[in-house]
Amino acid sequence: MEGVEAAAQALRVLLPVGLLLVGWGVGRAIERAHFRRLRLREIRWRRLPAVTITGAPDAARVERAGLVTGSVVISIDHWKRLVAWLRSLFGGRIRAYESLLERARREALLRMKESAAAAGYDCIVGVRLETARLANARSNGEGTAGVEVLAFGTGICRRA
Amino acid sequence: MRGEPILLSNTEEIPGRSIRSFHGVVSGSTVRAKHIGRDIMAGLKNLVGGELVGYTELLQEARQEALQRMIQEAQGAGANAVVNVRFQTSSVAQGAAELFAYGTAVTVD
Repeated sequence: MEGVEAAAQALRVLLPVGLLLVGWGVGRAIERAHFRRLRLREIRWRRLPAVTITGAPDAARVERAGLVTGSVVISIDHWKRLVAWLRSLFGGRIRAYESLLERARREALLRMKESAAAAGYDCIVGVRLETARLANARSNGEGTAGVEVLAFGTGICRRA
Repeated sequence: MRGEPILLSNTEEIPGRSIRSFHGVVSGSTVRAKHIGRDIMAGLKNLVGGELVGYTELLQEARQEALQRMIQEAQGAGANAVVNVRFQTSSVAQGAAELFAYGTAVTVD
């Protein structure tokens, strides 16, 4: 009996540590793969410029225009959540969240460009980015902590 | 005029068109709660981080619905375009979010 209890005790301690390790390892791999894909897609979509100014260049040549959007909900891994929480005790820069938001913004912008291309637009003006925190992870680790980034703008298609 | 798709833009005007008249602010909103099945998947995904695809889709659908309601209001006002469209998302409660879209209904030629 004592052996079983000791094993249960050990599991109670080891499980959270194991989950943290899984979060660290898999989370890092996912993040690296994501950054790699982002770089490649950004190079591909350089031909479709997206700008924050609202006036269309060569307004006289604009054939049609319409709203385009791109969005993504992304979450941080278990390990980074712990690191960020520790950081928040001492203050200072929280890199874990910086990279999360960077990934989300770049992804949302690319999705906006992809949907603009699908609609036949050749340029996006008036680009805006909005970030919304969806929900907090509860302190017991349940619940979801995600941020949504929405990129939107006006796609325009100009005559050649 | 009716039946023609309504033009949308988030800039001051529809590029390439000129505004003839204004019809005021139009808006549309929807409040969505998370789906339990999606939340379980998202909970698992939370462990390793990355995109929560179910939530991305959920919010996209909800935002489309809010836009659609805004468009209906604009059509009701006799507009054929909505300019300066803005979006807003707010968490009204744990597990629920409001998606809100608003803009200025106009007639363009």
